[in-house]
Amino acid sequence: MPTSAGVEACLPIRSDMDLVWVRQHVRQAASLLGFGLVEQTKLVTAASELARNTLVHGGGGRMDSARVTRNRAVGLQLAFCDEGPGIADLEQALSDGYTSGGGLGMGLGGARRLVHEFSLESTVGVGTTVTVVSWVSAPPRPREEF
Amino acid sequence: MSEHFDRPASAHVPVLRLGDVLLVTLQGDLYDSAAQQLQEDIGATIATSGVTGVVIDISGMEIVDSFLGRVLAEIAAQSSLLAARTVVAGMRPAVAITLVELGLTLPGLRTALNTEAAMDLLARTGPGSGDGPFAAGHP
Ligand SMILES: Nc1ncnc2c1ncn2[C@@H]1O[C@H](COP(=O)(O)OP(=O)(O)OP(=O)(O)O)[C@@H](O)[C@H]1O
Ligand SMILES: [Mg+2]
Repeated sequence: MPTSAGVEACLPIRSDMDLVWVRQHVRQAASLLGFGLVEQTKLVTAASELARNTLVHGGGGRMDSARVTRNRAVGLQLAFCDEGPGIADLEQALSDGYTSGGGLGMGLGGARRLVHEFSLESTVGVGTTVTVVSWVSAPPRPREEF
Repeated sequence: MSEHFDRPASAHVPVLRLGDVLLVTLQGDLYDSAAQQLQEDIGATIATSGVTGVVIDISGMEIVDSFLGRVLAEIAAQSSLLAARTVVAGMRPAVAITLVELGLTLPGLRTALNTEAAMDLLARTGPGSGDGPFAAGHP
């Protein structure tokens, strides 16, 4: 079973060069954990969307990457944190097509569809953290069912 | 460490001219700034050269996110205003699957399975096909 070596990381998100490192790290970590090509592509794409939000809307921040396990399943958890302006209306931010800037407004809602688990926490004036998890092969059934 | 440099990110994308067509090959990873620069370069090159087609080969791209998707769509729209047609060639199947799930189907974008097919498409259907490098209809 793969260990967390090469997966655990904390990467700064301060420039479009950092977005490249984030994508490369997520690609490598997902590959190490045994994700298939399509799942890797989805994860890297979701990470790219979320990291760009951290950079553009959050004013910069970081991504924490970790290997997680649940009921013997192995997953990749990525957390994108910033201390930016925060999001006042989470529902609105997640809806397709909503953008406060010149984007397409597909990033947040699209990233949610590309991963197995998605959580968005934000406090106005404090910052935003988006945490996602995808599981190698199928997502494990929730704990309560066992 | 060194694996970071195996697939370097492009800070600048060259635009090649092949007769009536501009050929752009995207590879590996791309800085946002390089994608924006490319959009400007293509616009400027069409305006000065009068090419009638643009082929963007993305077979070397492992992902296309909403940012790059938007740049591709804008290049196509901008080229069309400058009397040139754009074909995006060689999208990987995993990228296509991901784009659909992301919600980005890019309806305005003409696509082909590879660069050769893209060139064929432009040659077969082009209003400027058979014309010289400075096609009619260009200012
Ligand atoms: N980290 C963040 N901090 C503050 N606001 C955010 C953050 N992430 C997203 N938002 C808000 O949510 C909105 C929707 O985000 P989303 O990524 O869906 O679209 P976008 O970034 O505007 O455009 P796109 O990603 O399609 O280029 C943003 O316009 C912004 O207002
Ligand atoms: Mg976004």
